[in-house]
Amino acid sequence: MILESSILGQLEYDEEKIITFPQGIIAFEQYKRYLLVENQDQHNPLWWLQSVDEPDLLFTVINPFVIKPDYNFELAPGDVEDLGIEKREDLVVLSIVVVPEDFKKMTANLLAPVVINARLKKGKQIILQDKNYSPKHLIIEELQQRSSGQQARPSKTPSSRQGTQTGPSKEECCHVGADPKKR
Amino acid sequence: MLVLTRKKDESIMLGEEIEIVVLEISANQVRLGVKAPRDCAVYRKEIFTLIREENIKAARQHGQVDALQAEIKQLFTPEGPSK
Repeated sequence: MILESSILGQLEYDEEKIITFPQGIIAFEQYKRYLLVENQDQHNPLWWLQSVDEPDLLFTVINPFVIKPDYNFELAPGDVEDLGIEKREDLVVLSIVVVPEDFKKMTANLLAPVVINARLKKGKQIILQDKNYSPKHLIIEELQQRSSGQQARPSKTPSSRQGTQTGPSKEECCHVGADPKKR
Repeated sequence: MLVLTRKKDESIMLGEEIEIVVLEISANQVRLGVKAPRDCAVYRKEIFTLIREENIKAARQHGQVDALQAEIKQLFTPEGPSK
C-alpha cells in the first residue's frame, strides 16, 4: 500500500503494520489508524506517527527512555485491558514531540505517553497521574548528553532494557520502565 | 448544563457506577471524592486541556523534517557542535 503523507512524502506500507487507536489521539479522536514510521537515520531518535486516513496528520514521536532513562509509570488495569497487553514485551512507549521553529526548544510530552501493543497493533494515549512528568519536557540537551555511543532507536521492550530480566508476572506487566523497587 | 445544589457529604451519581461526593467546602474551594470503575479515567480538566493543546501543537509543528534531520544528525555526530 502507498500513503502520500503531506510532510514525509510517499510511504510504502503493509496493511498489517497499521496500528489502531480505538479512541484516537486526544484532540484527534476521529482518526483511528496510524503508521509508526521509523527514522531512516539509525542515530536519529525521532520517529513519526502518521495517520493513515489523513495525509496532513502527523506526530513526531520519540522513545521517552532515550531522554529519561528512569522514566516509569504504572499502567492502569483499564489500559492494560483496553490494549490487550499480556506481557511487557508487547509494549512500545512513545512520547509525542512538538518541534517549534527553533528546534532546540523541542519538547516531549512525558505526561501523556502513547502506549502501543506491538503484538495486537493497538494503541492509546494515556494521561499519567504522576505530576512529576511534564507535558513540555525540553529534550535537546538531554539528547546531546546521551548521544555519545548510545542506541537512539525506540526500544520495543524499554522495560527489559532497564535490567529487570526476571519473567514478568501479570501484575508486573502494568509497570512500565525502570522498576522503582530496584535501587 | 444541569445544576444541582449539594451539601457536604452529599453526592451525585453519574449513571449507576460513578459517584461524586462533596467532602469539604471552604470559601473558594471544594474537595470532591470520585468513586468510579477502574477503567474510568478521572482527570482535572486543565490537565486534559493541556494535553489537547500539546497534541494540536505537535500535529502542526514537526519542524522542517529535512532540515531537522540534518540538525539532529549534526548534534549526534562526533564532529558536530556537541563535541
